Amino acid sequence: MASVEPTEVEEFDQLHAGLAVAVADREDELLVAGRGGEILPPLETAVTEVDERRARRDLRRQIARMEAELGRLFGAAFPRTGIEWGVAAPGGPRVLGVAELEQIRDAMADRLAETRATLGEIAEDEQAYRELVEDIVADPASHKWVRVRSESLGEPSCRHWHVRPRWGVLGMLAGWWRVKLSSGCPLALGRGVSRVPKTAVLPAPA
Amino acid sequence: MEGLPEEWETAPEPGWVAPVLDEEFPGLAIHCTTVGRGSGKSPAAVKEQLREMSNRFGGAQAIHLREKPIPWAYRVFFRHIGLDPDTTRTPVEELTLQRMHDGGFKSKNRLDDALTIATMEIGVAMRAFDADKLEGRLGIRPSAPGEKFEGLVGSLTHGTLVIADEKRPVAVLFGDTAEGRGVHPETERTLLAAIGVKGVPDIALEEGLWLAASAMRA
Repeated sequence: MASVEPTEVEEFDQLHAGLAVAVADREDELLVAGRGGEILPPLETAVTEVDERRARRDLRRQIARMEAELGRLFGAAFPRTGIEWGVAAPGGPRVLGVAELEQIRDAMADRLAETRATLGEIAEDEQAYRELVEDIVADPASHKWVRVRSESLGEPSCRHWHVRPRWGVLGMLAGWWRVKLSSGCPLALGRGVSRVPKTAVLPAPA
Repeated sequence: MEGLPEEWETAPEPGWVAPVLDEEFPGLAIHCTTVGRGSGKSPAAVKEQLREMSNRFGGAQAIHLREKPIPWAYRVFFRHIGLDPDTTRTPVEELTLQRMHDGGFKSKNRLDDALTIATMEIGVAMRAFDADKLEGRLGIRPSAPGEKFEGLVGSLTHGTLVIADEKRPVAVLFGDTAEGRGVHPETERTLLAAIGVKGVPDIALEEGLWLAASAMRA
């Protein structure tokens, strides 16, 4: 992905070459104008145009990098929810000016910072839950009825760890606590929906 | 792609890009090819291809789509031209979302299915026009002040990026198609266009056109 972007040195060389050409062109034109040609805009105009073009190119490169980073975070964040990914756009499609590109760049930088902070907080919570799972497995009796879902650990499944007494009330009274790990997600059909209609008659075995 | 023709009917040709855009967006390109038929009901081979694709593109691919070079390149370009890719989705993301929503790529018609196959397989943005309603080669340019757009009351905002033939804009770039320029039931020749941006190699555009043209002629 990074290979599509020119290096800083290449960009500097291109900018330098562009400025040199622009200045040379304008000097030639001014020489022509000085020989009785029409009145031309000042030399600074051409240089400013090249400067602005360079600024737009730099901003676009920064936006591209931040988009790549946002995409990486988006992939890494799954299945965590509650993270805001949107970055407002000025509307288009059109060639944006420096100010608009700066707004997008700044908004993306803010979004990246917020996303990293949110993911950092989530990671801390997940670590705390992992330690809690280790604790309840090591000592279930000290964590009666505690239940931890795998999504709290950032894992894409429906498992949960549940501290329950062995043999119901008898286990409660006797202090026989254990961790029960659920078997996974329910079927996609949902609760109460049977694959076989209640009125169906199953064929007799041959 | 088993069961689909493999030869080109018309080799792809590059379209033009206005110099001001070429300077601002190096890599912006449009390549076109013409197929001697319109849309209609999809043949079995195309439907089978959609089914097979539905099995290959699942949730995991959708989540990591924007990390892949070509979808990422389109997202970046959308940002560069003022579009929010999470609102105005890139073609491949729009199709991926539909795939997730519908549980598969549903067959619509020959043209839509052909564009779906090309977009999902390669990741490139594809458009289609009635080839007999176009005048000259297609290109990309900014709209002129007060320029009209068929089907739009009023005129385009000055500087809107459009796909245009040599007479008029025929579509907004990554947006609506002008009224009467798209493919309709009476269309006899379809012009397929692949839009490239920086980071999308020309070979990907040609591959996309080849896939779409093959599906159209299946």
